[in-house]
Order: sequence, then C-alpha cells, then structure tokens
Amino acid sequence: MKTTTFNLLKSLLSGVFFLWVAFAAYASPDAESKESIKEEEFEASELIFHHIKDSHGFHVAGDFSIALPVILWTDNGLVTFMSSEFHHDNDGEVVVEKNGMKFVNLHEKIYQLEAGASSVSLDHEHHPTNAHRPLDFSITKNVFSMLLSLVVMLLLFSTAARSYKKSQNHMPSGFGRFVEPVIVFVRDEIAIPNIGEHHYKRYMPFLLTLFFFIWLNNIFGLIPFFPFSANLSGNIAFTGTLALITLLITWFSSKKSYWKHMVWMPGLPVPMKLFLAPIELMGMFIKPIALMIRLFANITAGHVVVLSLISLIFVLKTAWAGTVSVPFAVFISVIEVLVVAIQAYIFTMLSALYFGQALEEEH
Amino acid sequence: MDLVTPEIGLIFWTTLSFLVLLFLLRKFAWKPILNSVNTREQSIKDALAAAEAAKREMENLTADNERILKEARAERETMLKEAREMKSQMIADAEEEAKAKAEKMISSAQAAIETEKKAAIAELKAQVASLSVDIAEKVVKSELSDKDKQLKLVADLLDGATLK
Repeated sequence: MKTTTFNLLKSLLSGVFFLWVAFAAYASPDAESKESIKEEEFEASELIFHHIKDSHGFHVAGDFSIALPVILWTDNGLVTFMSSEFHHDNDGEVVVEKNGMKFVNLHEKIYQLEAGASSVSLDHEHHPTNAHRPLDFSITKNVFSMLLSLVVMLLLFSTAARSYKKSQNHMPSGFGRFVEPVIVFVRDEIAIPNIGEHHYKRYMPFLLTLFFFIWLNNIFGLIPFFPFSANLSGNIAFTGTLALITLLITWFSSKKSYWKHMVWMPGLPVPMKLFLAPIELMGMFIKPIALMIRLFANITAGHVVVLSLISLIFVLKTAWAGTVSVPFAVFISVIEVLVVAIQAYIFTMLSALYFGQALEEEH
Repeated sequence: MDLVTPEIGLIFWTTLSFLVLLFLLRKFAWKPILNSVNTREQSIKDALAAAEAAKREMENLTADNERILKEARAERETMLKEAREMKSQMIADAEEEAKAKAEKMISSAQAAIETEKKAAIAELKAQVASLSVDIAEKVVKSELSDKDKQLKLVADLLDGATLK
C-alpha cells in the first residue's frame, strides 16, 4: 500500500516537473518580451523568492491567477476586497481605494497610503516613505493552502474514523487502513517513549494533529501546481506558530521538577547552579526556536534547490541545460518526499520529548 | 529579511486553523480511531492470554492423566506383588502345616507303638509268668520227687528266659 502510494507520488511528481518545465519554457518568451524593456537579465533569485514567499492571489498558469480575498484591519476598521483589484500588480503602481483609504500592493505586501498621497514613493532602499502597513489578515496563497489542507484533513480522517465505526471488529477499511500504521507509529514510537505510559494519552490528539498537519502541508508544498505549491511549511510564521503552541503546552503541562531543574539544578555545587540557570532558561526558548527554524529552513531549502535547478535552464539560456537539471530536480524532489515526512516526524518527536521533560517527576 | 519576518496574518490563520483542526479531529477522528485501536489490541491481548491459559490447562490435564495412569500402573504392580507374596506365603504355610501334622501323626504313632509294645511286653511278662507258673505247676506235679533237681531246673529255666 505504502509503496504504491510512493510510486504514484513519484511518477506524479516527475511528470508534473516535465510539464512544469514545458510550461515555463512556453511562457518564458512571453515574459521575456514583456520584461525586456525593464530587465534584460533573468533574475533567478527573484523568481525563487517570488515562489517561496507568500502572495495575494494564486498564480495558476501563464497570465491566469485566482483572486483571493484581502482582509485588512485599518485604523478605520475592517476593509475587504478581492486581490484581483490590484490587477496582478505588485510594484505599488495600482492604487485601490476603499472607504476613503488608498492601498497598494508592493512586493505582495499591502500598504496603506498616508492621507493626501496619490501614489507610493520609495526611498533608495525601496521602502515606501508615505505609506504604512495595516494589520493584514488576508487569505493569501499560504492561508488558502492551509485552509485547503484543513478541509482535506477533516475529510480524510473523519472518513478513516467512520471506517472504524462501520466495522464490527474495530478493523479499519479504505483510508483508515493507510493511516492506522502511521497513527500507531506516532503512538508507539513518538508518544510513549518520550512522554511515558501514564501521560501520553492526553497528548495524542495534539501530536497526531501536528504530525499530519505538517506532513500534509509539506506534501502540498511539493506539488508544483494549483491548488498546491504554496510554501506554507517553509514559512517562518507557520513554523513559529506551531513551535509556540508546543512551548505553551510544555509550560502548561510542566511539573515543579521542570522549573527546579531549570533555575536551581539539584545535585550540583552552587557556582555551577548559578552558571547553569541562565543557560537552561535560554534553552527553554531555544528549543522551540530550533523547532521553528529547522522546519522552515528544511522546507525552504528544498524549494530553493529545486527552483535553482530549474532556473539553470534560463540562466544558461539553453534547453540543453534541462537534460541535466530536470533529472536532478526530479531526484531532489524524490528526496524531498522523504525529507518532508522526516521533518514532520522530527517536529512531532521533539515536541513529545519536551512534553516528556516537562512532565518528569522528582526522582 | 522578508523571508524570516513572520506575518501577523499567517500567524493568526495558522493558530486558528490548527486549533480548529485539533478540536475537530480530536473529537471526530483521533478519539474514535485510538479507542478502536486500543479495543482491538486489548481484545487480541485477551484472546492470546485465553489461548495461553487453555494451553496451560490442556497441559495440566495431560499431566494429570499421565499421573493417574502412572499411579494405576504402580497400584497394579503392588497388587500383583502382594498376590504373589500371598501365594508363596500360603504355600509355605500349607507346607508348614502339613509337615507339623505329619510329624504329629508320626509322633503319636510312635507313642502308640510304644504303648502297644509296653502292653505286649507286659502281657508277655504276664503270660511268661503264668506259663512259668504252669510249667512250675507241671514240674511241681510231675517231678516233685526230685526236689533238688526241680529247683535247679526252675532256676535254669528262669535264667534261660531273657527278657526283651
């Protein structure tokens, strides 16, 4: 079952990559002719950063992109409009006027122009001088992808749960049969060894949700076409939020011994205790920060490598480069399939480990 | 720098999505799935334990049977031995008894013979006495004339009769 899924995914991925390259090659003369006035050179880093960063609106293919809602909390209250009102502009040229306020999209960030200004003016570092950012709660590409993963997860796992309920002897069928080994793996290899037999049950829903949420969004990020391809799990806000939730749960489940070991390590001479306390306190925050950076960096790096390999074709300006870079990109993508599962596992495993440490009793 | 600056919007949506997902999945997916898995594992464990117990019971039964068989065999053995002993004992007893009886018979026969012998001797003695008296009477009657000669004859006769 697993191998077939993997093979399917592999062939799907490789097929998609060839298609994508074909698309890119098809679209490139058009884009070049448009940009030739402004820029002669192909900017690989710009393309890569455009892909790995968030955006308002979901680019599908060519000039076609899906508009997403922009939700802003300004000084004058909530403002909502569709991202299509910017007409694909992200250089701050198209000004959208709502409720007497003017908004521009500057590098996928929404700025509100100061009163009286009619267009955005930039300083030499490309920072706007006459605009500020309202609180942006827009459904961006990443948020869209996350909501999609939410719906997919709810559907998949409620189906799996129902397959258990339907059977007489608690045997799953269909998708339930696929997820059960993973669920049992999370229980037997992550939760029980790290948290312990007594407490693990309380953390199972969190660990399972975390594992599948990260894994699914990682996989979504690997699939290079609409409605996937958003680099959500390679976004620091996403990983940071999950790490913060882990930290909060660690704190809420912590016992006295956890804090005692932190600020006044027992069984050591006093100078050593004084020396260790700040290190341990820092460690408490470094652990979730490491979680945040590990997932962010791994996923982003994977995207960057694949995109760089594809960009080689345009940097070298020959289709022959594709004979090397495309198989290599496929190879990296296949490795990424492994990496995204491992990263979800590591995030979950370390979270469980921190909970286990917080729960440790005096011995 | 943009890359490592978290956006408030995404933080908000991630928190919201994750918490909603956690809440809904816990209620509608994880709890039923984990309960089912646990129930199934428990039932498998119970079934295995029951099988193990049945096996042990079976083993006990077999051992019991064997033990009973062994005991029966031993009992038979002792019974046979006892019977054999009894048989030889009986034979020995009978032999002893027969011997004792025979000896008793022999001794009583000997005693009877002795008594008869004594009686015969006594009778003989009496007969001898009466015969002697008769002889003496006759001798006395016929030969009273020769008194010395007669006396001498009596003495000779008496001496000649050796008693046995």
